[in-house]
Amino acid sequence: MRIHIRNGRVVDPAAARDAVADVYVADGKIAEEFAKADRVIDAKGLVVAPGFIDLAARLREPGFEYKATLESELEAALAGGVTSLACPPDTDPPLDEPGLVDMLRRRAKALSRARVYPIGALTLKLQGEALTEMGLLADAGCVAFSQGNVPMVNTQVLWRALQYAATFGYKVWLRAEDAALARGGVAHDGEMATRLGLPGIPPFAETIALGTLIELVRATGARVHVCRLSTASAVELMRRAKAEKLPLTCDVAIHHLHLSDTDLGYFDSHCRLEPPLRSQRDREALARALAEGVIDCLVSDHTPVDDDGKHLPSAEAEPGATGLELLLPLALKWGEARKLPLAATLARITAEPARILGVEAGGVASGAPADLAIFDPRAPFHVSAQTLKSQGKNTPFLGYELAGRVRFTLVAGNVVHEG
Amino acid sequence: MQRNPQLNASGELQHLLSIEGLPREILLQILDTAESFVGVTEREVKKVPLLRGKSVFNLFFEPSTRTRTTFEIAAKRLSADVINLNIAVSSATKGESLLDTVANLSAMQADIFVVRHASSGAPFLIARQVKPHEHVVNAGDGRHAHPTQGLLDLFTIRHYKKSFTGLTVAIVGDILHSRVARSLIHGLTTLGVPEVRVIGPQTLLPAGVEALGVRVFHDMREGLRGADVIVMLRLQNERMRGALLPSAQEFFKHYGLTEDKLSAAHPDAIVMHPGPMNRGVEIDSTVADGPHSVILPQVTFGIAVRMAVMSIVAGN
Repeated sequence: MRIHIRNGRVVDPAAARDAVADVYVADGKIAEEFAKADRVIDAKGLVVAPGFIDLAARLREPGFEYKATLESELEAALAGGVTSLACPPDTDPPLDEPGLVDMLRRRAKALSRARVYPIGALTLKLQGEALTEMGLLADAGCVAFSQGNVPMVNTQVLWRALQYAATFGYKVWLRAEDAALARGGVAHDGEMATRLGLPGIPPFAETIALGTLIELVRATGARVHVCRLSTASAVELMRRAKAEKLPLTCDVAIHHLHLSDTDLGYFDSHCRLEPPLRSQRDREALARALAEGVIDCLVSDHTPVDDDGKHLPSAEAEPGATGLELLLPLALKWGEARKLPLAATLARITAEPARILGVEAGGVASGAPADLAIFDPRAPFHVSAQTLKSQGKNTPFLGYELAGRVRFTLVAGNVVHEG
Repeated sequence: MQRNPQLNASGELQHLLSIEGLPREILLQILDTAESFVGVTEREVKKVPLLRGKSVFNLFFEPSTRTRTTFEIAAKRLSADVINLNIAVSSATKGESLLDTVANLSAMQADIFVVRHASSGAPFLIARQVKPHEHVVNAGDGRHAHPTQGLLDLFTIRHYKKSFTGLTVAIVGDILHSRVARSLIHGLTTLGVPEVRVIGPQTLLPAGVEALGVRVFHDMREGLRGADVIVMLRLQNERMRGALLPSAQEFFKHYGLTEDKLSAAHPDAIVMHPGPMNRGVEIDSTVADGPHSVILPQVTFGIAVRMAVMSIVAGN
């Protein structure tokens, strides 16, 4: 299929390019100009960008098919312009053996939708006791190793895991949360949790764990990506660690970029998230750090939850929110509020995550894989159960009027979504 | 933020879920209505027909004897039919969800649900689910709120002190886990009490409690100085030893109300306790049974206050 995308505003963060131009696609790759196309897409008034890359999207397979399936969530990904995604290992069973990873990749490949990059479990059954066969898992296609949302209780094991991963150059993606300090907590330990009578998680549950991680990175040289920063003080620790040139990167989720603990309102269980939504001051620091590059990229932390998991008192509700379809509109909202050029905004969901993932994607240069998102940055998007394609309708943004709709999504040169 | 879910479109009390966010007028309406019911509870025929033909479902997802009983008495004195459901040992253990339980009971024509639940916010979830003519009264949810207890505390304070302005109220003990303390603090600040104090060790004070409008004291004598009202909180058995406190004895040494500590307060101070009391842990028997104690009148007023709340929500 040879496709000619005409008159779009081509924004390629990797090449610092932002200009109206034509883009040609042939043999699954971005091509040089050609005369005869099988299909012409009129992109006048639309932005032609690299497909988005989401470093945290739970597809719920295997084990939680009643919450979501590969079919439903990869459809949601494409509707959101997400062409590559990394899925955490906290499935049931967890992605701790090569057979499971292989099966997941085959299933995803057979659907020929978005590209799926599994993250393997760092420890067996995510129990934090014994290391997984990282080498075999990497051969099966794991791009990194993680504990998902399950905290590492034993620092000795964490140290060994990082030593082992560093030996072979495997990347480790971890959330920074002290297991003991976070135990039983469901909300940011502050005024709001006090008012609502919800058990709190103090902000230092994050900084203490991050301090430990930074020391271990310094000691082992492991390449660590810190997932879902939530506090201003963690941002400062990360700033200093990066100034020291430690091999650390980090991300923030769309929810923590836009919401704070006051959004819990009257016990909104959609705001039950891991890590918890923190204070307005934290939110502001995260938004600034993402603009400054202290935080490398933005993720959806997509976690579809069924109604039974959410129609509960908020402390008992299952954590997580659906997000794949909100990644673009919420990135745009953030970029607009901070008055960033569009290329800088999009870099956080294209070139930057591509760099962390270590894949050849996230650009529109000739010869690159033709993974593209063609979107209207101003088209309104009303977030509702009806407009979301994900099987999970759980998001604190329900009812929001956002801007940014994906019109075409291309993966490997095929038009896989038109909206 | 959404509209306060306890008020209807005309700003009247549809459900009683929390004292926080209720306007002063509604609090005073409840207290004044309760005043009129105190007489009823002292008559020989202790019934008024206000809720005749209505059904009150006591939904207790967490065991309670005292609160459930006072709600039951209050509903019966209003001539309602009362159905007690001890869900802690029925549906919940059979795996039925909270909302399914409520939907089933709703199909049995309930008018008022009195709900006690171990999870903060559970009554809000139920209030979102019930039909427009049904009312939810929170009888205690997790650490969040116990509004009828807060109201009966306010009623007791007004009864003995006549007015809220000019008072110093000290709340002592486990503030962290206390829904009673939270409800009372909101009530006191809404009704214009100029000085509300909380007294306890750091381990039993929630983060940012000052933001609720209270002054924090760790030293009990200092915190009681000049207090007109002292509210002692119950210390749960399971919290008496562990990472929060070393022992009940040590808690008593620092925060148990003795005659000696009481002498720091105003000479006319009243001593309150939501019950059930741990004598010798948070309060000394000589104080609990002494002239300053209004602990038993609190229980009597509790019935009038619950009658007031149920009659008001049912009338809106």
